[in-house]
Amino acid sequence: MTLQFNDETFTGDYTFRNSKEAIRRFPFPFHEDSYMYSVNLEPHKPGPKGSAYEHRFDVDEHYLSEMKDRARVLNDDPLRCQSLPHMDLAGWDTLELIMTSKAEDYPDLFELHRDGNRWRWVNKPMAIDQSFTFLDTSTLPCGPMEYILRQTQGDFAILDHRENNLWMDAGMVTTQADWSLDFDIGMNFMEWHAPVPLAHQLGVFERALKFLLNLQQGAPVRRLNWTMTVNPNLDTSPENYHKWGPEKTTITPENVGEKQHLRVELQTLWRLPRSNALLFPIRCYLIRLEDLVTVPKWGRRLHRVLRDLPVELATYKGFIRNRPVIVEYLSQFDDGAPTSPGCFPD
Amino acid sequence: MTKFNFPPSIASRPIWGTLEPRKGKAHLMIADAEGAEALIDLANAAPALLTMAHLIYLPKDTGKRYSDALAALKPASIYVGPSYDAAESRIQRVLSDAHMGLQIYLAGTEGLMGRAMSAALAAGLPLAAIQTEHRGSVARRMQCVHCKGITEDVTTDPFVCAHCGLNLFVRDHFSRRIGAYQGVCVDAEDPGEVPPQKELYS
Repeated sequence: MTLQFNDETFTGDYTFRNSKEAIRRFPFPFHEDSYMYSVNLEPHKPGPKGSAYEHRFDVDEHYLSEMKDRARVLNDDPLRCQSLPHMDLAGWDTLELIMTSKAEDYPDLFELHRDGNRWRWVNKPMAIDQSFTFLDTSTLPCGPMEYILRQTQGDFAILDHRENNLWMDAGMVTTQADWSLDFDIGMNFMEWHAPVPLAHQLGVFERALKFLLNLQQGAPVRRLNWTMTVNPNLDTSPENYHKWGPEKTTITPENVGEKQHLRVELQTLWRLPRSNALLFPIRCYLIRLEDLVTVPKWGRRLHRVLRDLPVELATYKGFIRNRPVIVEYLSQFDDGAPTSPGCFPD
Repeated sequence: MTKFNFPPSIASRPIWGTLEPRKGKAHLMIADAEGAEALIDLANAAPALLTMAHLIYLPKDTGKRYSDALAALKPASIYVGPSYDAAESRIQRVLSDAHMGLQIYLAGTEGLMGRAMSAALAAGLPLAAIQTEHRGSVARRMQCVHCKGITEDVTTDPFVCAHCGLNLFVRDHFSRRIGAYQGVCVDAEDPGEVPPQKELYS
């Protein structure tokens, strides 16, 4: 393992950068030259070596800086981490799944030693060595969900399964595309998706819910979602919208390639063994347009997708005001040549 | 005219119903202003029901218009009070004393129903035990997503958060846990450019 962790920021001076390798492994979300909502769930099987899908929970060069940013956001607003009282067991399920997966997938970074319920967790990049008793919260510095998610990239929601529905009853959310855990906690699947335009009429959520209610342990699924973000700001929260919203007005034809980012969420869903809840990680990846277009297929395709996207979606995703500048910039990289099927670079 | 047909909206927006008598040993009724009319209709349909009910009524700007009529329904216990804040400790007490099977009837403004529903759910009562009926003002109870403060009785869009002073637009996204709709800064991207205020549903 040769992973080098970046020292970078996602706020203020925004020093976030993707290395050449990080650009190459970026989870580009468009498998064709157009986009519409669909139930695009597929098995979360190990993907190509080096890709964001290689491991169950991807750890990349941004790990340490993302964890610093998460600690900063939680310190500013503790309501970004909440768990309703009946979700404790699901928190332990989450801790177990992440610790066992990371220790197996990244043995040089993470270790888990188990002797019955006496566990020892070693997180080398974060210099953590914690002994604790599994299922005994008093042996950890905080609740099990908060404990492990402060060491794991991506937002997490935990969904309770009851009354033939999924209820968002716990989570940690600091890298969100403009939705509020504090407002949505306790809502069911249809309610928290309520503000999404068009997809309800397409029946997307009904089909997705039906599918997810049948999700089996050991058979996780994944999908990609996306939006556009000005500056590499992980915390595009509604809580702070009055602070980051003005940054959208700073886009010009000169700086759009540098400041405008494609934001991709790698969403996975896992059935948890004891609680029967679903774990819903939402992992955010950012890439500036000028880096994205270094992959010619992606430059061509993103131009066509954004140019032809329905107005409702561009509005909901929050980039309608900058779409003309973005599309004009990307048009330089679209020679009209056909693109190959699938998301990966040629 | 105290009934209003709300336009169809998104899935998180509550759909208010019509109160119907239900069987049960204990009944809690909470209403504000014109919500009294819904309770009077309920009593007409099932006169004995009210005699088993604990009734909490907040007349707001209707003065004494309904108070006597409600008292004449002979509820087992009746409280007429100046505000939800004033009634809150009493409501909390009734909810914490509740046994399985308590039936809850909420009537009046969305703010009253949202707030009382939030309290009932937090006390562990099942959603299925709560009935609602909207009457009177279409004012909304709004939570500012930025400062988390609640502004009661919002009748315009946009409006000014009573706590942090930001200009907020009125969303239909509703949280039962908070008992409020979500208000989001309307001029975040162009500070100072606030669209003209419109009455809700105008």
